[in-house]
Amino acid sequence: MSDNDSAPPRKPSPDTKPTVSIAKRQTERRRVLRTILLTGGVLGAAISGFLPLVYAQKKRLRPPGALDEKDLLGSCIKCGQCVQVCPVQAIKLADLIDGVGVGTPYIDPRAQACDFSCDAVQCILACPTGALTYHKPSFLSVRPGAALAAKPILLAKEKDEEPTLNLHERIGIARLTRPEACLAVQGKGFKGQTRGPGFKGRMRYMAVDRWKPINISAHPYDLAECDLCVRECPIKNAISIETVFAPDGSQRKSPVVHEPCVGCGVCEMICPVEPGCITVEAGEVWKI
Amino acid sequence: MSALLKRRFFEQIKIMFGREPSKPKEISPAAQEIHFYKKGNRDLIAEKRHARAHAQPKNTWRNRRWITLICANLLFSLSFGLDIQILEGALTASRFVGFHLIDLNSALQVMLAHKHIINNLLIGTGTVLVLWVLLGGRTFCSWVCPYHFVAEWAEKIHLFLARKKLVTDQTMDRRLRTVFWAIFALLALATGYTVYESISPTGILSRALIYGPGLALLWVLALLVFEVFFSRRAWCRYACPIGLTYGVVGIISPVRIVYKLDGCFHEGDCRKVCLVPHVLDTVIKGRAIETEVPIGPDCTRCGLCVDACPTGSLSFEVKGLSKLA
Repeated sequence: MSDNDSAPPRKPSPDTKPTVSIAKRQTERRRVLRTILLTGGVLGAAISGFLPLVYAQKKRLRPPGALDEKDLLGSCIKCGQCVQVCPVQAIKLADLIDGVGVGTPYIDPRAQACDFSCDAVQCILACPTGALTYHKPSFLSVRPGAALAAKPILLAKEKDEEPTLNLHERIGIARLTRPEACLAVQGKGFKGQTRGPGFKGRMRYMAVDRWKPINISAHPYDLAECDLCVRECPIKNAISIETVFAPDGSQRKSPVVHEPCVGCGVCEMICPVEPGCITVEAGEVWKI
Repeated sequence: MSALLKRRFFEQIKIMFGREPSKPKEISPAAQEIHFYKKGNRDLIAEKRHARAHAQPKNTWRNRRWITLICANLLFSLSFGLDIQILEGALTASRFVGFHLIDLNSALQVMLAHKHIINNLLIGTGTVLVLWVLLGGRTFCSWVCPYHFVAEWAEKIHLFLARKKLVTDQTMDRRLRTVFWAIFALLALATGYTVYESISPTGILSRALIYGPGLALLWVLALLVFEVFFSRRAWCRYACPIGLTYGVVGIISPVRIVYKLDGCFHEGDCRKVCLVPHVLDTVIKGRAIETEVPIGPDCTRCGLCVDACPTGSLSFEVKGLSKLA
């Protein structure tokens, strides 16, 4: 800087603004720009929060009693209390890349389905906001085919005073997606651990312990004809092995899903074929 | 409360929403006397030097606060991890031995988005509202919020780099937080989706601590990097709508920091450590309007200023109760 010390001090003229003010204004302008930058950044990140709405077609199975997708996204407070009460830890919280809303609950039935081990749909009981609910508020509509004709009867408590689950809508519906690979269709049996020895999935077996789910790998089967999806379905009359007629007129056995199916996904988890022959279509409704 | 303090009370609310503090227009005679006495008082300067030489750095309140914050978050993690079920859920909503607790900002987002309020939501929100009205609103920020904790460490790195002249703190307009609050509230109302909840670092961190880490932590990391290299404590200062919600709750809270004018040397140590230095505007020489001034609602009651003050001029106070420290 070339400050001239010998020059007489300039008198501040009343017309011109002091130089400090210009610098100050520049700082102020930069500050405004930075503020706009931060605004843009945060709102940009916030927009990423809308991605699950855009990708809504890629559905994940929601826990029982969940409101329809859009309402669930609006009402879920993302606390994970449903995760905490589940005795088989079927419920997981979505991450960024899951495309279903950060922190919202979902079930991956092939890995761990909801087998209603809790008897009372504890996740609904735990939900503080009504995102999972026994009684849908009246202003929300029920999609045709989503409503269950009757409260589903839980086979595990069929002998109890109150054998039903307090569920009014299904969360999805099971569908035999690969009939050609199905052991029942082929008339084959199944022996051993379904899903192999390393499978972590758990389920309660009434014959073992009503209140303590065990690893499925600890419960091997020996079946002359595979009927695992029917055998382990927790809901009464939701699925059965029926004799069906193939297009060429020949008879064969096949698992057939019925109206009481709630979409819990036990059949998907238990199916011994890789990849599974029967899957739960999340959010799907009953069509005749 | 004197008319002056009453005016200041409302002024502080405006400051919380983003107004810059200004020089007071009127000062009480008692305070004026002290201000006058302090002008060029040699004894006072000598006393100041003496106090400076014998100052004992202390972290009493910071340590208490960190322990509380860690315990609160640990209780969440252990309740699920060890299945001890004391505090189930995450910071957004939980149950403490069965009692519903719901974060006020999350509750607000859900109410606006879903437009339907069930009893549990109402009970949980009410409980937490009463709790934080009593404990001081933004007390939540510094004593519970896990992001506050990591941001404090990021701040240490930022200040270290700033001392090395590698970074400078780029300040921003504090009104931004109010704008964000309104934007997120309107977005929830209009889209029926709790947008803010998907980017809330408080929620993301809390869930990560309880349910395990996820990719959403990258957003938290990005915020921390921004704070380290660009703008000191930017999220808490200029962006977080949770802070504003709790700030509003704390307006009438009895727990607060109180400033006593007479012992203060006006050196500004407190303002240097403060997350929200605008609330400490009153400690600047000649600005205190009374001999005792309560600090405004945007204060997070973190106690850093109480620790930093060499003269004990800043202290915790519960309105109507005897002094805490």
